[in-house]
Amino acid sequence: MIPWTIKFERRLDPPRYLGWLVPVLSVAAALVATAVLLAVFGVNPFETYRAMWDGAFGGLFGGDVYSLSETLVRATPLILAGLAVAVSFKMKFWNIGAEGQLVMGGIAASGVALFLPGAVPGIPQNAVVYGLLMGGAAILAGAAWALVPALLRAYLNVNEIITTLMLNYVAILWYSHLFTSVWNDPQGFGFPGSALFERFTWFPRFFDTRLHFGLVLGLIAAVFVWVLFDRTRFGYEIRLIGDNPEAARFAGVSMFRNIVLVMLVSGGLAGLAGLSEVAGVSHRLQQGLAADNGFTAIIVAWIAKLRPWAVVLVAILLAAVFVGGDQIQISMGLPASVAQVVQGVMLFFVLGGDIFSRYRVRITRTAPAPATEAV
Amino acid sequence: MDLALITSVLAIAVFAGTSLIYATIGEIITERAGILNLGVEGMMIMGAVSAFATAFHTESLWLALLVASAVGGLMALVHAFVTITLRADQIVSGLALTLAGVGLASFLGERLGPDSGPLVGLRGPRFLEVDLPGLANLPVVGEALFQQDPIVYSMYAFVPLVWFWMYRTRPGQQLRAMGESPQTVDAMGIPVLRWRYIYTVVGGVLAGFGGAHLSLAYTPGWSENLTGGRGWIAIALVIFATWRPGRAVLGALLFGGVNAVQFRLQAAGTSISANLLNMAPYLLTIVVLVLISGASPLRHRLGAPAALAVPYAREERT
Amino acid sequence: MVEAGEVAVAIRGLTKKFPGVIANEGVDLTVNRGEIHALLGENGAGKSTLMNCLAGMYAPDEGHIELATGGRPLRTVDIRSPRDASRNGVGMVYQHFKLVPNQTVAENIILGADGVPFVPKMRDIERQVRELAERYGLDVDPTAYIWQLSVGLRQRVEILKLLYRGAEVLILDEPTDVLTPQEADSLGDTMRELAADGKAIIFISHKLGEVLKFSDRVTVLRGGKLVETIETEGADRASLARLMVGREVLFRADRDEQETGDTVMRCRGVAARDDRGLPALSDIEFEVSSGEIVGVAGVTGNGQAELAEVLTGLRKPTSGTIELLGKDVTDASPRRYIDRGVAHVPADRLGMGLAGDLPLTDNFIMKRYRHQPVSTRSFIDPKAVAKMSERYVERFGVKTPSIATPARNLSGGNQQKAILAREIDAGTHAVETPFIVAAYPTRGLDVGAIETVRTALLEERASGAAVLLLSEDLDELFVLADRIMVLYDGRIMGIAPSESLTQEQVGLMMAGEAMAPEASA
Repeated sequence: MIPWTIKFERRLDPPRYLGWLVPVLSVAAALVATAVLLAVFGVNPFETYRAMWDGAFGGLFGGDVYSLSETLVRATPLILAGLAVAVSFKMKFWNIGAEGQLVMGGIAASGVALFLPGAVPGIPQNAVVYGLLMGGAAILAGAAWALVPALLRAYLNVNEIITTLMLNYVAILWYSHLFTSVWNDPQGFGFPGSALFERFTWFPRFFDTRLHFGLVLGLIAAVFVWVLFDRTRFGYEIRLIGDNPEAARFAGVSMFRNIVLVMLVSGGLAGLAGLSEVAGVSHRLQQGLAADNGFTAIIVAWIAKLRPWAVVLVAILLAAVFVGGDQIQISMGLPASVAQVVQGVMLFFVLGGDIFSRYRVRITRTAPAPATEAV
Repeated sequence: MDLALITSVLAIAVFAGTSLIYATIGEIITERAGILNLGVEGMMIMGAVSAFATAFHTESLWLALLVASAVGGLMALVHAFVTITLRADQIVSGLALTLAGVGLASFLGERLGPDSGPLVGLRGPRFLEVDLPGLANLPVVGEALFQQDPIVYSMYAFVPLVWFWMYRTRPGQQLRAMGESPQTVDAMGIPVLRWRYIYTVVGGVLAGFGGAHLSLAYTPGWSENLTGGRGWIAIALVIFATWRPGRAVLGALLFGGVNAVQFRLQAAGTSISANLLNMAPYLLTIVVLVLISGASPLRHRLGAPAALAVPYAREERT
Repeated sequence: MVEAGEVAVAIRGLTKKFPGVIANEGVDLTVNRGEIHALLGENGAGKSTLMNCLAGMYAPDEGHIELATGGRPLRTVDIRSPRDASRNGVGMVYQHFKLVPNQTVAENIILGADGVPFVPKMRDIERQVRELAERYGLDVDPTAYIWQLSVGLRQRVEILKLLYRGAEVLILDEPTDVLTPQEADSLGDTMRELAADGKAIIFISHKLGEVLKFSDRVTVLRGGKLVETIETEGADRASLARLMVGREVLFRADRDEQETGDTVMRCRGVAARDDRGLPALSDIEFEVSSGEIVGVAGVTGNGQAELAEVLTGLRKPTSGTIELLGKDVTDASPRRYIDRGVAHVPADRLGMGLAGDLPLTDNFIMKRYRHQPVSTRSFIDPKAVAKMSERYVERFGVKTPSIATPARNLSGGNQQKAILAREIDAGTHAVETPFIVAAYPTRGLDVGAIETVRTALLEERASGAAVLLLSEDLDELFVLADRIMVLYDGRIMGIAPSESLTQEQVGLMMAGEAMAPEASA
């Protein structure tokens, strides 16, 4: 018999500071747990974290912004995809398909960049016009890819977790097919990738780094989602559905309409993440567009508790883990996938830690049996 | 279609379906107890990598199976703790398990080889086909069913065993009740939370075991994304099977069959790109889900255990 | 053999606390063999909690329990789980039945019972169940699935389940709530038979009439404390009510005579199906006018839930028409119903009426978020939301730490006040004479909250609202309703002014007897 019991008492009026304190402590605890895990596999955790920090923010206090800019570049798709996930999760609509929607957005933007100048030469060839065209294409493609599971769920009640996920695989296979064969650069000597886009389709870059306009797009999107959540009827409706679909029905909220709208917004945001990657970083369709951004976005959104401004911060944190992971691969010869392990463990700790903000947890010694104390 | 083709497609279907059957039935058991574990993909891939690493270093296939099962079970234990004791959202916890599992498997795949090097591309021991004396020579079924590896054979015993457990024994009856009405089971003095822990871990053990079949027999060795979404297909199969083990076998064979056809087409040198051909199982999953929902809009809802993914706490007062 | 009249159960100084509430405090209670012991008290008096401690569902914080069961003398027992309780001969029939719907009667009966083999032979068990059923006159088919059975039969299965486990102390929690008066009488016979067999029966109720009719002794609880245990013989309604409530009169009817106005809601030939697609309502025809309360009586599960949903637009009728203020709304969306002044106090507060984890503010604007001043075009104004919320809290006296508190964290009474505030305000905001559907609005509330709810409904009636009140409490219907309508098997058995009806007549209609033609005049 275990000599103590864990008791959970619901907090009647949870203090507000727990809303951020618990996730912060959970992330810290996750770092400690990962350190233990690393030590178990014979890796020095202090050295590893040190190297990761250097990779992600190194030289920052000496005025060198290169590492930081790389981290922000890595954070950009995570912000956009994280917001995409947050929008659908807010309604408890489990869009696991941000990855596929991102890829479709990237494909559509690439299609415009690669073929539109040749097909319709009359369109002014400048960054603004092409930015808008590629953006529109990316949003539409991402939204369309998200619309399929939305309609299946709305009409036929088909489980969206599985359909969105399966469509990821389909999108990734199709995109591989495109850049390895159909859209493969004929002058590329068999290099798996499309031709380089024309210069005018590229996102502007800042500060002589790879930091590009996508980050601005991400911040605008964060403000957009914040307004959506906190200030609109639509945001109210998805919050209501997310908490209690029956209550939403009771309030006259149309489930069908909201499933479709939420997935259009979510898919569109994920599509923008794809645009940002091809127009801001690779400038061609090639390996590495997917890069698990859509999955990491789920971790981002959940650790951020679906709050738009927190999505930005958490995306930067997880991007730092990625960039740091690349660094330790170079400097310590460790696999970069340490990053994914750290992120997965973080999600677990935030998930499990949440109970401390909802309940007062008390561990008490199990009372001895009354029979022994009764006289 | 000639007989030889049917035989070979069936043989590959069974071979390819084995890992799916173990993972699907594991998830059925977990879900019947009322716990949704979307971490099947993560547990399978961890099972696969740990099985191969163990087999490579110890040369013991049986130890490899044991380790893979233990790893799957341990991961499921984490899910159980987070969702049952800490009452976190089961969907997100399952996703976290998959994400962490895929990441950790990839990390281990780079570390567990010789001299802390990668496992990728190494050859290790594998399960070989063993002809079952007497049965192997039967026409069609002999070649399809009885010229397989021992894990496939273990499945022939495992599926009826699970069926017997679920539908003929007392614990099995309690398992079926637990996902429908945990408060009833609790009131009848059966420790719901403890059993949910047990069945969640059992589901994980089976997913790890299924993953081991991939790296020890189906595609021996280790490569990134070895499972290729089979864990997710298993979850779809649970819905397809309406939470019944017998139908899960049918579904798994269907998916194995698609693999087989794909295999044959590629071997025959078709002009369709491998990338497009590889979409087949994923598209099929969607089609299957649409078909079963289209047949009867209520079927999905009626089939699912009523208390699936709902945390259970006795002293909660509202 | 233990003789009747000996003490079977003794609860000593039991205290049970929940966060923010002391459910039981220092309760002492003894129950004898062969006795039907009623546990009487208002909702929230702590009856169920006390019995849940005895049945092992809750662990008491203080005090202990003594039992004389299994042929052994009275001794302290440590009951930590329902299984411990069952092994010590204690069993409970819960208010919400603990049955697995997709398993058979026999399967449900052996669930968790001792002495059943690992691989049960269902034939043998079905035979045993049949024998047991015959012995106590509890006829039910052991091979039937629970979902196929009526509520009355399910209750029999619950009792059989306890008997199969050899229970000597049987606790029944509000067993008559789901029964017609006639079925309740038959349950009374069963209880007497069991008591005659030497069992101790504890019968939880808040209905004075039944307590007087069935029990040998009564223990009254109030506010978690034991008030008194008395012999039923010599007690009467007035004395029990005083003990239960702690003051002279529970509730005075302030329903003044008043003229009714125009018809607000009229339905013609309405039929509807339930969630499983089976017919739940047929040929429903009645109207509710401004300034009147129409009460709906009936045993739970006879179409009340579907009626409330159909009349609020949440369930589409399969035939018939519904008019609101003279306009056909049969095929309109729930949203249109809201806009036509339909207010709905749903039966399931947290299931449908509230979004439990969202703050009160979000719950308050549920019906009005589409309109000024809460929102303009697509945008919601947080200041207007806060202002409206403060107003609701003040007007209905909702006790809450703040308007940002999640609705789930309020007590049941305060949740109900919040819903009422929202619904009444939204209804009167949309039209002058709203149609208010109130489904079991006082269920599970304490005395104070019940008074608030009843007063609010009467006030709305006075100011011209048309109210449809669903209730399982006949006393409540007779006090509040101008007319009473009885539903049985999805049909209207009769509808008549409440002054012209007796409780017995309503009881017969609840059991499926249509009203005699002369009475309905």
